[in-house]
Amino acid sequence: MGILEVKNVNKSFGGLHALKDVNLSVRENTVHAIIGPNGAGKSTLLNVLVGKLIPDTGSVMFDGKSVLGRKPYEINQMGISRVFQTPEIFGDLTVLENVLIPCFAHRDGVFRMHAFETVEREAAMIEMAERILEDVNMADKRHAHAAALSRGDKRRLEMAMCLVQEPKLLLLDEPTAGMARANTNSTIDLLKEIHEKRAITMVIIEHDMHVVFSLAQRITVLAQGTPIVEDTPENIKGNPKVREAYLGTAEV
Amino acid sequence: MDQIILQFINGLDKGSAYALIALGLTLIFGTLGVVNFAHGTLFMLGAFCAVVMQRILTLSAITIDPTQKDFLGRPLEVKTPYVELWFGHDIGQLLIDWAVPLSLLLAIPFMALVGWVMERGIIKHFYKRPHADQILVTFGLAIVIQEIVKQIFGANPIPVPAPKAFSGSLDFGVLLGFDPNVIVYPYWRLVYFLFSSVILAAVFAFLRYTTFGMVVRAGMADRETVGILGINIDKRFTIMFAIAAIVAGVAGAMYAPINSPNYHMGMDFLVLSFVVVVVGGMGSLPGAVLAGYLLGILESFASMNVIKDALPGIDQIIIYLTAIVVLLLRPRGLLGKRGVMED
Amino acid sequence: MLGLNRKDTTFFLIVIALTLFTPFLMQPFGETSPLAQFNGGYPDLMAKVAIFGIFAIGFNILFGLTGYLSFGHAAFLGVGSYAAVWMFKLLTLNVFPAVILAVIMSGLLALLIGWISLRRSGIYFSILTLAMAEMAYRLAYSVLTPLTNGETGLQVRPTDPRILDGPGAADYPNLFGLELSRSWRLEIGDHLFTFNVGYYFCAAFAILAFYISLRIFRSPFGLMLRAVKANQQRMNYTGLNPKPYTLAAFVISGMYAGLAGGLMAAMDPLAGAERMQWTVGGEVVIMTILGGAGTLMGPVLGAGTIKYLENIFSKINENVLHDWFSFLPDGLENAVVWILSRFTGEGWALTLGLVFMLVVAFLPGGLVEGGQRIARLLRRRGGKGEGGAGGGEETAHTSPSTPPAAE
Repeated sequence: MGILEVKNVNKSFGGLHALKDVNLSVRENTVHAIIGPNGAGKSTLLNVLVGKLIPDTGSVMFDGKSVLGRKPYEINQMGISRVFQTPEIFGDLTVLENVLIPCFAHRDGVFRMHAFETVEREAAMIEMAERILEDVNMADKRHAHAAALSRGDKRRLEMAMCLVQEPKLLLLDEPTAGMARANTNSTIDLLKEIHEKRAITMVIIEHDMHVVFSLAQRITVLAQGTPIVEDTPENIKGNPKVREAYLGTAEV
Repeated sequence: MDQIILQFINGLDKGSAYALIALGLTLIFGTLGVVNFAHGTLFMLGAFCAVVMQRILTLSAITIDPTQKDFLGRPLEVKTPYVELWFGHDIGQLLIDWAVPLSLLLAIPFMALVGWVMERGIIKHFYKRPHADQILVTFGLAIVIQEIVKQIFGANPIPVPAPKAFSGSLDFGVLLGFDPNVIVYPYWRLVYFLFSSVILAAVFAFLRYTTFGMVVRAGMADRETVGILGINIDKRFTIMFAIAAIVAGVAGAMYAPINSPNYHMGMDFLVLSFVVVVVGGMGSLPGAVLAGYLLGILESFASMNVIKDALPGIDQIIIYLTAIVVLLLRPRGLLGKRGVMED
Repeated sequence: MLGLNRKDTTFFLIVIALTLFTPFLMQPFGETSPLAQFNGGYPDLMAKVAIFGIFAIGFNILFGLTGYLSFGHAAFLGVGSYAAVWMFKLLTLNVFPAVILAVIMSGLLALLIGWISLRRSGIYFSILTLAMAEMAYRLAYSVLTPLTNGETGLQVRPTDPRILDGPGAADYPNLFGLELSRSWRLEIGDHLFTFNVGYYFCAAFAILAFYISLRIFRSPFGLMLRAVKANQQRMNYTGLNPKPYTLAAFVISGMYAGLAGGLMAAMDPLAGAERMQWTVGGEVVIMTILGGAGTLMGPVLGAGTIKYLENIFSKINENVLHDWFSFLPDGLENAVVWILSRFTGEGWALTLGLVFMLVVAFLPGGLVEGGQRIARLLRRRGGKGEGGAGGGEETAHTSPSTPPAAE
């Protein structure tokens, strides 16, 4: 029994059958990559997992509880955090404030009106935020305006915001999309370090095979809305079905 | 039955005005992505074009008639409008009488100029700014225009009569076999309805059958792609803005006999026309027109005594109530496209 | 002090001092000075500044922090006034019950309107609030006449029950017997200063309103409100529901507006529907933005500046202008006076509209941002960098200057 269990999920948009009988089981404390050619349904699957889309049929269980029909913030409170393709951060706020917000969300839940406390005096929260900023090497930029950060720093900040919530599952949507090779490598290192230190289960959706094979312990290959193979990276490499999915039947 | 028909046609002329303003608002929002809080003011400017035309035509030469005396015994000053001096008495009087329709000749170039100046001078710089900023700057502009008009024309409404030929009423009921004087409809309102139908048809035809219109419609659907195709969308958008201003202006000019122009009528119509746009569906041209007529007619029905007695005050708020219900039940409006501004 | 850090305490004390000394500050000219007519230190105007200050501070909690632009806040102002006058009529002319009911009623109305309007965001929200305010206004004029007395407006009459007032009670809104209209005058040389009970009553509420807003700005709740403005998507995926946060901000700002309405009724026990017109709500929008939305001082500054200038400008008529420019040759004098008189006196609204447009276009942070820019310029001119020692406002500034929209 994995921490995330997707069973018989189907989703259509009009005539397009985006997800067909998707079954997926992510074991606790693994890095699980979902790959597949363009239009294979990776993004749709991800949106189902975070509550943005509701599937037509099937079930998605996380940690023994169904996530279907829950709002994104409820799913997050269950322990699923998400990193976006382009970093989603609070641009108008400082780096420290960006990280403080998930700290409060972690402590106070979906809504709590602390209108007469003072942020400055929440020592425990500030310490928590400072610690995570040190972990991602951003402590020196804590008072910077988040919108002014470089792309790589924004990514780090977003990661810090997710990690400070101590999620059980981290979803990563093409975390290195549009990055230069050097940045990609440093992101890979960061993710590796996070995984080793914190023992967080990760589901990663990625185009870049270099990233996938550096990180993943399990790989699911999606093609035309259906998982065709699920295996270890070593076994995926030579698998003819995968080649077929990527290169088309003619080449086999 | 007669009451229902009466209210129906009564709603048509107000609905026409709503439809025309809402059409312009939608054009601007759809093409330029700008929320124009000054659009009601354009309608008001149009109405004042009618006032100006009337004043121009009645500009008079003062001659002294020694044969007549005024009550103080001085020679009488006689004012003769120049148009009468130039074209003779009959034609002159006719021109003055037809001031409102003639004011379209003034309204069209003037509104085009206003639209062009507004777009190039202000709106252009707000394309990339948040909607809130667009709302704020056009709101400020609306105040400025309104105050200028107030300084020139004063605070009181200025009556502008319709041509005498249209001053009577059509006994519409008789045509349908009802008793006389049950369903009467002033001719000018009928003219207004027909006029607005023509304008609406012209705008739609223009958008549908000309290349220019095609590009604009494509731009409404996907601005960036059209930009990438190397079409100078900016220039077309300026023209589009001017057209929207003209539509609002002529709608205002022709409305002058129905509602005497005053400086704050723009703000009054603004709220209503936004409501119309929202009910019709933001960005949907047919939606704006449909909702305009629908709300005009609905308002007219709500002012029937039977309904007012059952639901006091309903005539005052029916439009807003409808808008709120529509927005809550069907956020994208009656004919809005899925996904357009749904949150 | 009071749960504020040192910098904020200083800042707060300055605000208190400014409020207390307003009768001096707004009365800069001696009585015999030709500029005496531009003094603003009379009770009506000072109280107006305090009341609109409260209104704008509340509006800023919604718009400045969450970015939701409401054009419907006039409705809450109106309801506050009606509630207060009803309290005067039924219970007592003591102002406390009136102000309390004003805040409660406007809070309830804000809960209803907010709950409906906040289902949408962006322009839809603005238009919904606009429609709601217009609806409230029209209802006040028509069906609700028994409650609002329609066009005449709700007034206090000698025949009102006023069950808590004894036979000898004051006939004017009072504070436990001390009438709000009472004033003390102080003459120092040529100067005349007026200390009015009503002004200090409003000022006390303004200080309280400012204090609460300061605490909200510094609180985790305030941080969440800024998060609503910055990125709702990220907020959702951080396990936070933006709706109740925004609704809470909406209700708080509605209660501020209600308080302002109640105080208006206390200063002049009359409530009319025109107070609910959406353009009144537009006025508070202008004040907040002119002063600097999202900053602590901005709304107060905006309200003060606008009300004071409105007073001055409306007094500058053509005669005054002719006086001023009499040194010019006649033709030129007439031309200058003609031009200037377009913008003064009756033309005040035109000036305000123009200034507002300019601020929106070039100075999105309002007067506060303008002040900061000047301060920075001076500091650079001053040579040695005393960087970072800016006023309390620097940290309160949540950069309302919206960066080019990332669409």
